[in-house]
Amino acid sequence: MRAPGGPDVAVGDVLLSVENVSLSFGGVKAVSDVSFDIRKGEIRAIIGPNGAGKTSMLNIINGFYHPQQGRITFRGATRAKMRPHDAAYGGIARTFQNVALFRGMTALDNIMAGRSLKMHKNFFWQLLRFGPATREEIEHRHRAEEIIDFLKIQEIRRTPVGRLPYGLQKRVELGRALAMEPELLLLDEPMAGMNMEEKEDMSRFVLDVNDHYGTTIALIEHDMGVVMDLSDRVVVLDHGIKIADGTPDEIKTNQAVIDAYLGVAH
Amino acid sequence: MHLLYQIFIDPFVQMGTAPDLLAQTLWEGLVGGVLYALIALGFVLIFKASGVFNFAQGIMVVFAALTLVGLYDAGVPAFLALALTIVVMFGLAFLVERAVLRPLVNQPEIILFMATFGLTYILIGFGELVFGGDPKLMITEQLLLPSGSYTIPMLGGFVQMQKIDIAAAIIASLMVASLGVFFQKTRIGRALRAVADSHRAALSVGISLEYIWVIVWFAAGIVALATGIMWGARSNVSFALEIIALKALPVLILGGFTSIPGAIVGGVIIGVGEKLGEFYWGPLLGSGIESWLAYVIALIFLLFRPQGLFGERIIERV
Amino acid sequence: MFYREAGQFKTSYQADQALFPIRQDQIGIVLILLAAYLAVPLLASDFVIDSILTPVLVFSLAAIGLNLLTGYTGLLSLGTGGFMGVGAFACYKLATFFPGINIVVLILCSGFVSAAAGIVFGLPSLRIKGFYLAVATLAAQFFLSWCFIRIPWLYNYNVSASIEVPTRTLLGIPVTGPNATPTTRYLIVLTIVAVMTWAASNLIRGRIGRTWMAVRDMDIAAELIGIRLYPTKLLAFAVSSFYCGVAGAMLVFLYLGNAESESFSINQSFLVLFMVIIGGLGSLLGSFFGAALILGLPIVLRAAKEASGIAMTSATLEHLNFMVLGALIILFLIAEPAGLARLWQIGKQKLRVWPFPY
Repeated sequence: MRAPGGPDVAVGDVLLSVENVSLSFGGVKAVSDVSFDIRKGEIRAIIGPNGAGKTSMLNIINGFYHPQQGRITFRGATRAKMRPHDAAYGGIARTFQNVALFRGMTALDNIMAGRSLKMHKNFFWQLLRFGPATREEIEHRHRAEEIIDFLKIQEIRRTPVGRLPYGLQKRVELGRALAMEPELLLLDEPMAGMNMEEKEDMSRFVLDVNDHYGTTIALIEHDMGVVMDLSDRVVVLDHGIKIADGTPDEIKTNQAVIDAYLGVAH
Repeated sequence: MHLLYQIFIDPFVQMGTAPDLLAQTLWEGLVGGVLYALIALGFVLIFKASGVFNFAQGIMVVFAALTLVGLYDAGVPAFLALALTIVVMFGLAFLVERAVLRPLVNQPEIILFMATFGLTYILIGFGELVFGGDPKLMITEQLLLPSGSYTIPMLGGFVQMQKIDIAAAIIASLMVASLGVFFQKTRIGRALRAVADSHRAALSVGISLEYIWVIVWFAAGIVALATGIMWGARSNVSFALEIIALKALPVLILGGFTSIPGAIVGGVIIGVGEKLGEFYWGPLLGSGIESWLAYVIALIFLLFRPQGLFGERIIERV
Repeated sequence: MFYREAGQFKTSYQADQALFPIRQDQIGIVLILLAAYLAVPLLASDFVIDSILTPVLVFSLAAIGLNLLTGYTGLLSLGTGGFMGVGAFACYKLATFFPGINIVVLILCSGFVSAAAGIVFGLPSLRIKGFYLAVATLAAQFFLSWCFIRIPWLYNYNVSASIEVPTRTLLGIPVTGPNATPTTRYLIVLTIVAVMTWAASNLIRGRIGRTWMAVRDMDIAAELIGIRLYPTKLLAFAVSSFYCGVAGAMLVFLYLGNAESESFSINQSFLVLFMVIIGGLGSLLGSFFGAALILGLPIVLRAAKEASGIAMTSATLEHLNFMVLGALIILFLIAEPAGLARLWQIGKQKLRVWPFPY
């Protein structure tokens, strides 16, 4: 169990706030009037049974889906319709349930791709390669290698990611997200499909990211043990509605949450 | 200013002052559209049932027509030649399934698409080798298809309709209707739709892919033969047809890749649009704009509806 | 054993990221360049230079252009012939307007005209994806083909609607037109192709190459890491068309000597696409292999016919050529969809471990 804020990180002000957000697709209401916030430096879990609207929520924060109602405030600024790459420029990075890596490229290239935001040398320098473009490439290579060291994926850096086992792919994807040096990291079921060992490794990485880089993390996760161990606060969704919001201890004993998971008839 | 008048006013004035010419142009467009639709139909059949975009459909039209005429020229009586051509198209379907589709099962669609480029070139080379490249006459009378035309007085002048064109429209409608029924109502039709959705899933419920594919390529071959006969009756059989067949692509864009009625609607829109454009706006730009007008029409539609008129909205799930 | 990299350690990222990091490759490229610049002009016959090497180099550049767009960025294009034509006609008009300016400069400038055309026809890529975009490029191809016939200004009102290449010189030596020797033209083509290939490889290895491949592999994810899709795609169209345009200008000015609309038809687009498919999508080296194979095929077939003694007309040979080409495409797609480039890599791997099997 983590003490709120963890050992080294002081949890600060609200970084992202979701206010009365509703989203429907055609007739289906994915998210109804949900409000919660995420504080700087914390690890926030979003949990709930299948179909609760968790991934939709993440997609909204990312700029993928645009809610019909409500608003999102990030770093103090309320956003109008945001496109995904604006979210990236704003400091939000993300991983996916079904790994969304660039299959034709190596692990190193994927992580370097994550540095695209930070690379500025224009077309003509790229054409020439000598001088500024090469220096920039090397500088970012250093950063990418730091991440590779951190995630312990040195051996596979030149392997095309399509050939990697699932667990390693998820790690590379985390690396790519980290390469963006985000303020807010959204993890969509980072432990899905992993065995015990892999889950422990990934949990350690998530904690390290939060401690070491101070990144705020929002994660969707089904493994209750992981959620309880990792997160500072938890928000629980069911059928698109928020049914609980608090520390892991509070959530564990919340009757509505227990009902939702055990499937009590409404 | 004069240019604006020429583009936006004059053609409509022309249409108004000679409505019988307009009707004639519309009829020509309709007929052309029906033929485009038939080619598109072949595409749709194969795509609907195997997920393959058969770029070789155009050359199959030429090939079927050439085989028919070639056999006749070699002395085989007309209807026997027709029957033999049908057998040849079956043989082609069988060969394609064995040599191209089976080895490439489960590959991404783009690979299969490129394989049909290879098929196109093989058929072009083979066709030229065996039948020669000069244009040939379609054996219309021998197949008991009508010739001559009706001249119908209307709208202050008259409109001429070739009997063969009317026959083509009727035959096309019959084909479309029967194919539509086939897909929706029969067991094999259902199996075809299953295969189009997912090869693996269809296999796992016991649908024999090879059997289905041979059937569907054969059906497309029959459609190609019918198209080849109709088209050859109007304007000789030659390899130039292959390029014209590419016009089926704009038809598919409008009508969707899996919709049989869509192929007809798309074909008619393209055919009529092209003819009107060529007749009334063509003189402005110079002749020959029908080589690209169909594509531009489709492009404009695409800009407003990126999934085509009848296509389904592609929802990207992450 | 011949290709073992063991013992070659890289001690800096710079060395690791070099174009030819392996010693054997470095020696190899030097040898190839020496052979190309010295051995060929001295030893090869005019026939080999003019009918094999020059066209292979020219089409390799076009194949690289198409590869950048289709292989690296994933945007299937059927308009290559048209863009080559834009380059060729642009060069012709530039040569007409500026007879004093160096022809090599004009060839490169016509690439810019072609790039502009590429951007215009790439505009639909904002809304249209995948296969539908290919049909849009088809529209571009047919429209451009029509323009090449229907706009007489392009061919200086020549009655036969074709363009004849005027004589231009470099350092006093004729390089275009009827007086230019095959060797001179070959050397210029070689230099342009070598420099532009090097430039392309720089692009591919860096940020831009990665953004292109990201768009190809999963454009949604690319957007999420901050890549702007539309400018990336337009840049791909522009650069690809630049390469195709220069190839087209070289085709006319340094190889054929004349051209007409038919030289840049849909058939040309298909030919270059086949080169890219057979050579290997997403491989610069593959572009060279593909061009060599496709252009070499008719020559090989003719030699086989001579050797076997079977009588057949040249028309028949052409038809056979088509059939073999089609069959090769299907064969490659079945056996090795990644093309000759992958076969080359497999070959190198074998060399690494020889005499062991794996």
